[in-house]
Amino acid sequence: MADAGKCARCALVAMAEKLVAQHLSAYYGQTRAVHNVNAAFPPNVVTAIIGPSGCGKSTLVRCLNRMHEVVPGARAEGEVLLDGDDIYAPGVDAVQVRRRIGMVFQKPTPFPTMSIEDNVAAGLRLNGVALKRPERNRIVERSLRQAALWEEVKDRLRRPGASLSGGQQQRLCVARALAVEPEVLLMDEPCSSLDPISTARIEELLLELKSSYTIVLVTHNMQQAARTADLTAFLYTGELIEFGETRQVFTNPARRETEDYITGRFG
Amino acid sequence: MTAKPAAQARRIRWRKTKSDLMMGVTVLATVIALLPLFIILAYLVTKGASSLNLAFFTHMPAPVGEKGGGMANAIVGTLELIGLASLMGVPLGIGAGLYLAAHRGSRFADAARFGADVMMGVPSIVVGIFAYAVVVRPMGGFSTLAGAVALAVIMMPLVTRTTEEMLLLVPQELREAALALGVPDWRTTLWVVARTAAGGIATGVILAVARIAGETAPLLFTAFGNRFWSTSLTSPIASLTVQVYTYAISPFPDWQRQAWAGALVLTTIVLALELGVRWLTRGSAHVAR
Repeated sequence: MADAGKCARCALVAMAEKLVAQHLSAYYGQTRAVHNVNAAFPPNVVTAIIGPSGCGKSTLVRCLNRMHEVVPGARAEGEVLLDGDDIYAPGVDAVQVRRRIGMVFQKPTPFPTMSIEDNVAAGLRLNGVALKRPERNRIVERSLRQAALWEEVKDRLRRPGASLSGGQQQRLCVARALAVEPEVLLMDEPCSSLDPISTARIEELLLELKSSYTIVLVTHNMQQAARTADLTAFLYTGELIEFGETRQVFTNPARRETEDYITGRFG
Repeated sequence: MTAKPAAQARRIRWRKTKSDLMMGVTVLATVIALLPLFIILAYLVTKGASSLNLAFFTHMPAPVGEKGGGMANAIVGTLELIGLASLMGVPLGIGAGLYLAAHRGSRFADAARFGADVMMGVPSIVVGIFAYAVVVRPMGGFSTLAGAVALAVIMMPLVTRTTEEMLLLVPQELREAALALGVPDWRTTLWVVARTAAGGIATGVILAVARIAGETAPLLFTAFGNRFWSTSLTSPIASLTVQVYTYAISPFPDWQRQAWAGALVLTTIVLALELGVRWLTRGSAHVAR
């Protein structure tokens, strides 16, 4: 089929793009959740992945930083190239991959035993990086500022992370992910448990962060994709149906399934 | 189907009466269930407090017929046995609990979990016989070590299972959040999952300590008892439980009084441990959301 041609293009694109999935399939036991996805995620761009529930959006992003294999019985096939190197190649350590490709999850997950500043520094400290106090404070402040949370928490950095509101907790998780200085940020429906105001803050944040990161955003919310994403991928039953400029995908979709989905005919 | 207001009011009153009645029955059941606790405490205090004095804590047992004396050696013995048993049982129990929580579904883990459950049901006298066979006989005599081994065997499955349960209460999302930061699996388990569950694990450990503090049967033919200070791990040692048992069945009123005092001290130790748990776990319910 057109796959071969598409692939040759991918190989070329792989050099320029930050993150590239090639023939990526993912399984839970015998069940295939993602089927032969080819997609390139360029740097300094927000790429949204949309699609109905259960279409494999979360599974797909979890394959991009080797979090998929954490689930018992789960495995992935194909390649994911980070700066041209396959993260699934033999000998590549999943732990190293995850340090370069950070992730923020659906539910805010601050570590309940840690204070706000300890949460932010957790990725460094748990990786055995010994930091001097001033250095640590600098990283905490930088990360919290990047996550637009600094002003709200600067006077109570020693309070438990769980004492914050849901929206603040989610921004704390963003700060925690940024503190380890990843190159790519994967966000798996980061606003699904947040109210509209907190959602708006996270969306502003995405637009600020994209100048320095490659961002992949899974979202249920088509308005959110339209508001924040430069590129949009439509996933349906585990297959990548359409991938292009957000405006084009929403106003003039090439595929019938995409049009049906964005006009609300299913999903 | 609209009932007359009067009939409706009557039905509501009847429902309220039934509700109050059932409420009364359950309250009564609760009171009866708790009654023995208060009777035991009251009885222990009235019988034991009069024989309780400084000498009881600082003096050695007096010979028959002689007034005074105490259980200093038994109190220290009990603490020594508990300490030694915890030294063996707690690390092994927590280690096994970590393993069971990390490897759910593997056949070996399932078998080990079942084994731990069976071990919890083994009568403590049987554990005593086991320790007699594997420690006392080969070593050629009763010893502190044998008593501690018996208590550790009782303690281990308790600690194992509570550790596992507490670890499983930690949400999977927390684990994934740490892994996604590029934290290795073992560090995630120790510094995020185990630390989050630490309060619960400590509770399990203290409850296990309280449980072995009151054990008598497994000590009868392992630690045996000793009227003097025990000076080494390989000699017999006194314990409060065995001392209370010996004194209580003796024909001497003096010893019987001391048995009550010993029982009071033992109960106080156990109660203090349980209260310590309550204090440790206060307000930690929000941790496992």
